Amino acid sequence: MIDRLYWKYAADALIWLLLLTMPFWLNWVGGYTQLGTQIVVMALAAMALNFLLGYTGVLSFGHAAYFGLGVYGAGLTIKYLIPSTLTGMAVGVLTAVVAAAIIGLLIVHLRGIYFAMVTIAFGQVFYFVAYRWNNVTGGDDGLSNWNRMPIDFGFARLDILHSPVAFYYFVLFFFVVSVAIMAALLRSPFGRTLLAIRENERRARFLGIPVDRHIWLSWLISCTFVGLAGTLYAFLNNFADPHTLYWEQSGVFVIMAVLGGMRSFWGPLIGAAIFVALQDYVSTMTQNWMSFIGLFFVLIVLFFPRGVLGVIRRKTSS
Amino acid sequence: MSLLRVENVTKNFGSLTAVSEVSMKVEAGELMAVIGPNGAGKTTFFNLISGFQTPSSGRIIFDDEDVTRLLPARRVWRGMTRTFQITEVFPELTVRENLQIAVEVASGFRLRLWQSRDAAAKVTARVDELLDMSGLSGKAGRLVGELAHGDQRATEIMMSIALKPRLLLLDEPTAGMGDQETYDITQLIRKLHRDQELSIVLIEHDMRVVFHLADRIMVLAEGAMLAEGTPHEIAANEAVQAAYLGKAAA
Repeated sequence: MIDRLYWKYAADALIWLLLLTMPFWLNWVGGYTQLGTQIVVMALAAMALNFLLGYTGVLSFGHAAYFGLGVYGAGLTIKYLIPSTLTGMAVGVLTAVVAAAIIGLLIVHLRGIYFAMVTIAFGQVFYFVAYRWNNVTGGDDGLSNWNRMPIDFGFARLDILHSPVAFYYFVLFFFVVSVAIMAALLRSPFGRTLLAIRENERRARFLGIPVDRHIWLSWLISCTFVGLAGTLYAFLNNFADPHTLYWEQSGVFVIMAVLGGMRSFWGPLIGAAIFVALQDYVSTMTQNWMSFIGLFFVLIVLFFPRGVLGVIRRKTSS
Repeated sequence: MSLLRVENVTKNFGSLTAVSEVSMKVEAGELMAVIGPNGAGKTTFFNLISGFQTPSSGRIIFDDEDVTRLLPARRVWRGMTRTFQITEVFPELTVRENLQIAVEVASGFRLRLWQSRDAAAKVTARVDELLDMSGLSGKAGRLVGELAHGDQRATEIMMSIALKPRLLLLDEPTAGMGDQETYDITQLIRKLHRDQELSIVLIEHDMRVVFHLADRIMVLAEGAMLAEGTPHEIAANEAVQAAYLGKAAA
């Protein structure tokens, strides 16, 4: 019991250490800083999805919508309204939250595959809007000719535009805050009602938990952080890509969560790291990199249904 | 005034009438058993009381309030909890966590995003009390899904008790259990009924359990009420004997 706690703290410490020092060692292992930033952004999105998937037991196949709303919210704000990174973030996240709140109300009474299908359907609506509304969103070409702006604190200036390392830490800051909030939520009485719903919805209802309302809240929290990840992704590329809204992107988040292990808090981070690294490496060799990722995914699901972290955890506890 | 009054409830599934014009009264502190042959409509009757299904006609009055069309969660808030024939627990959480969630919900903490040390200590104390009461203390750290059937059932009952109900509905609490487990669960129900003065309605197949526990018994057959009375009266009732023995002979 105490042994297990030590392992947990040691693992937490190791993960934070690796994240904090990533720009310093990533080049040594064949990566580059932007790749590290991409891992952190995708990890945030996957962990946000997993708040809903792994801890509430609700599968969304439409999280790309809220990710993409973050992307476009940030991009459009900077391009057309105010050249301010933080304003762009605020608008992006707010757009995702409002959309998630309204759509959530319409769908939280659905369960299982029906819920997943409807999340895809709503997600595709946003994709087609971005795709068709050429003169504002850039349509299929995406929204370009804008970029993230350095951040002025008055007394100091953080040049996230020209320094990839500064931008990495800027992203990591929001990652840390988001992850800390999600972890705290999961340890709260509210978080435990979500576990209850995941474990047994009927029992949860007969304990007097208004299940649909709690699922709506979990959905909203999840979509908020996915939207935040979207804004960071837009800044990473200085570009808004309509494919970030496409249902395939939702699938990628699910793959990351399942790959790493959706029953563990850090699982989706591991999944995102593997996915992004594989994508980066394999796509330099072949156009069909998705087939390799697909194959890897199938193998993991077949032989390690609890994901990469699930395997490691079983090994250490037995 | 009766704690629970069921007035002429009927439930149709298409052309099938599962429950037909059944009425029942449960007084505060009473333990009422509902028995009857397979397919008599006992579980449907239970589902109507607990809000899992709504009646086609008739009324259900709980504590002077018409709850006929209230959602299950709202009936729980008013003090009516239930267990299921197939145990409904949180299998991948520990016994302690199962009870902790129930206690937190009962304390009105379900939307709290953080907890004071004081509140957490109160929850823990209450969980310990429930563990003690049920004899599950030694298994508090185990995952419920790994426990024996009887212990899972005891966990489920204690989760319901955590909500401080005024009426507890037990759907076949000893279904699928061996003699020792049946005995333990029976003792637990008896203790809750006596010590907590809890009103209980239970469905049960095991007649030893029924006659050991019940203050009054209601017999259902083919969706309708066949008889109602004290265990003594029911044992002597010819219609009841015919219904049971008739089935057995056929």
